[in-house]
Amino acid sequence: MTHKTMLNIGPFHPLQEEAEFFQLSIEGERVVDVDVRTSYNHRGIEKLDESKTFDQVPFVVERVCGICSASHPLAYIQAVEDIAHVQAPPRALYLRTIVNELERMHSHLLWAGLAGHFLGYNTVFMWAWKCREPVLDALEIATGSRVNYANCKIGGVRRDMTDEQLQEIARIAGEAKGPVEMLIGAVLDDPVLHARLKNVGVLSKKDAKAYGALGPTARGSGLPIDVRRDDPYAAYDRLDWNVIVAEEGDVFAKTKVRLLETVEAIKIIRQAVRDIPGGQIDAKVEHIPPGEGIGRVEAPRGETFHYVRSDGSNYPVRHKVRAPSFNNIPTFKASCIGYEVADVAITLASVDPCYSCTERMCTAVDAESGREMYNFSQLVKLSQQKTERVRRQA
Amino acid sequence: MALKNWALRKSLWVYHVNTGACNNCDIEVLDLLTPRYDIERFGMILVGSPRHADVLAVTGSCTRQAQPRLQEVYRQTAKPCVVMAIGSCANAQGIFAESYHMGSPVDETIRAVDPDAIIAYVPGCPPKPEAMIAAVVKAWDVINTL
Amino acid sequence: MSQAVTPSRAQVPLVGFVGQALAELGDAVVAVERCDERRGVARIDAERTLEVAKKLLAMDGSRLATATGIDVRDGIDVLYHWCFEPQGVVITIKVLAARPSLTLESIATHVPAANWIEREMHDLLGANFRNHPDMRRLILDDSWPEGVYPLRKDFDQVADRPPLPPVPPAPEEGVS
Repeated sequence: MTHKTMLNIGPFHPLQEEAEFFQLSIEGERVVDVDVRTSYNHRGIEKLDESKTFDQVPFVVERVCGICSASHPLAYIQAVEDIAHVQAPPRALYLRTIVNELERMHSHLLWAGLAGHFLGYNTVFMWAWKCREPVLDALEIATGSRVNYANCKIGGVRRDMTDEQLQEIARIAGEAKGPVEMLIGAVLDDPVLHARLKNVGVLSKKDAKAYGALGPTARGSGLPIDVRRDDPYAAYDRLDWNVIVAEEGDVFAKTKVRLLETVEAIKIIRQAVRDIPGGQIDAKVEHIPPGEGIGRVEAPRGETFHYVRSDGSNYPVRHKVRAPSFNNIPTFKASCIGYEVADVAITLASVDPCYSCTERMCTAVDAESGREMYNFSQLVKLSQQKTERVRRQA
Repeated sequence: MALKNWALRKSLWVYHVNTGACNNCDIEVLDLLTPRYDIERFGMILVGSPRHADVLAVTGSCTRQAQPRLQEVYRQTAKPCVVMAIGSCANAQGIFAESYHMGSPVDETIRAVDPDAIIAYVPGCPPKPEAMIAAVVKAWDVINTL
Repeated sequence: MSQAVTPSRAQVPLVGFVGQALAELGDAVVAVERCDERRGVARIDAERTLEVAKKLLAMDGSRLATATGIDVRDGIDVLYHWCFEPQGVVITIKVLAARPSLTLESIATHVPAANWIEREMHDLLGANFRNHPDMRRLILDDSWPEGVYPLRKDFDQVADRPPLPPVPPAPEEGVS
């Protein structure tokens, strides 16, 4: 006996910070369809930016998403530097790299904690976030704030760092290596996690390309795309590091990619501190001529794409902000259908949806009469219960 | 009034609502649970339903879409409760005040359903976790004197 | 209000990977504005939007990154941004959805990556995409009126805001 049931995930629940609405249709225990409705988080930023001057815009766009607070302003700034045909001085490029990689570390550790919670490993949640605190301290040393950095400007960076600060940042990054590697070992070797994450939420390579998937969601499906290597910006082409790709496309692959990228980030930060040149940090741009520019940054979730059009005045004519989750969230449809309800929570998390970035949040729960519903915390419970079952069988 | 507020002199259960935020405040709220700040030692926990909450921790600038939902959540929250408007956005919509997709600010939204709502404002973008803890303590003190 | 950039009718020489990709699009390309090592910008014939999209998707290493809609004097300019890896190239295909119909053929059936962004351009600018598989409201809220397009140049974000949603009806007595 099968019947179609509507499962509404959203809009508010304790551990997923933004409200998002995924309406799942299930038959028995299987997901047969997914609909995503958004709109809560739309803050009209693109229109707002048309009334801000070019150098005010970074302060708006760093609040597109708190977790990608370094990526959005940098992508915008690179778009404007493209219009003005300006390159930031080398020291500024290294400083940008350091902040962006620290952001990647804190974002992936945040994700690891959330994923651990969804699977019922609450110790992982506490432990990943505890490991994350020193990274936020390093960001505070680098920029003055744990989040919302305001470190870049058109033509360079807004403030320099002393040698002591740079050494402290490198030390903190180095000390994080041990805990991160321990976390990797724990995840990659745990048979219960293998059972929960392998062959779950698979996104095929073909679907990943058609949906335009980005970041670890794409790299976990075998698409070797990474803006830092393909269209280098900041100092990435001057440093030695690897792009992490996994072929299987399941949640395990995406987990592996994110954790290994955290190790690469540590490597990049230490090299950048070692090799950073002296000199100017600001190319002192005074005027933005008419033109169009595109800036791309590999945010923790994937490519952040900004397009800017200028007409020679002080204000952008048009600023397009496209965060990676806008492309990644639709892939949830492809990777969720056919799998069990108990796997929905972790599959959704594996897309690492940063709803803020997508500027979209969800609508009310529309219950069709006579239909059962689980809210998101109930879905998380289902996921945690499944882990218990798997552990008992193992 | 005094009897009602007596009920609040115990561990505080917090329900977190995001009304259209960039996430920074939300992450810092979650950070309060983690070992460095550990608000659980004060008996404060995040609960999964507003019906169990003493404190409604509201982040975000209250977009048009979120406005009616916030009002529904407030109605569902067990009374008495304190609304904590966390961050510049929840205080006064911050940098997004001029945007076309904003609803009314969080305090006006809530006062539209309950003119006597107790609202605590925690400024910052985002407020540091220490500021949030200080805010809860201060709000607690204020309620005790009502 | 000045027009941002007037597309140049003069042909820019087609060189390198970008030039090669644009050359494959043949005479669908009406004007080439930029052809660098990593960036290309070309305007195409509005009637051939779908044909060009199919060709670009079939190319090795291509993906649709996003699309930008801009309210311009003659209509809505839709800019499809295509990325190519490993070359690290972005080719922007510009196509004008001319007034009064502001309509283009949707590419979403063939390029799923275009699905949401076409819905967004419809919501915010009023651009119409013929044969879009799922043209529902995406990002404006439920109470936002039809026919009001906030990203248009004649919409003032403060003065032209539609009325706010009403307070939802109070629950009945005895039900919390």
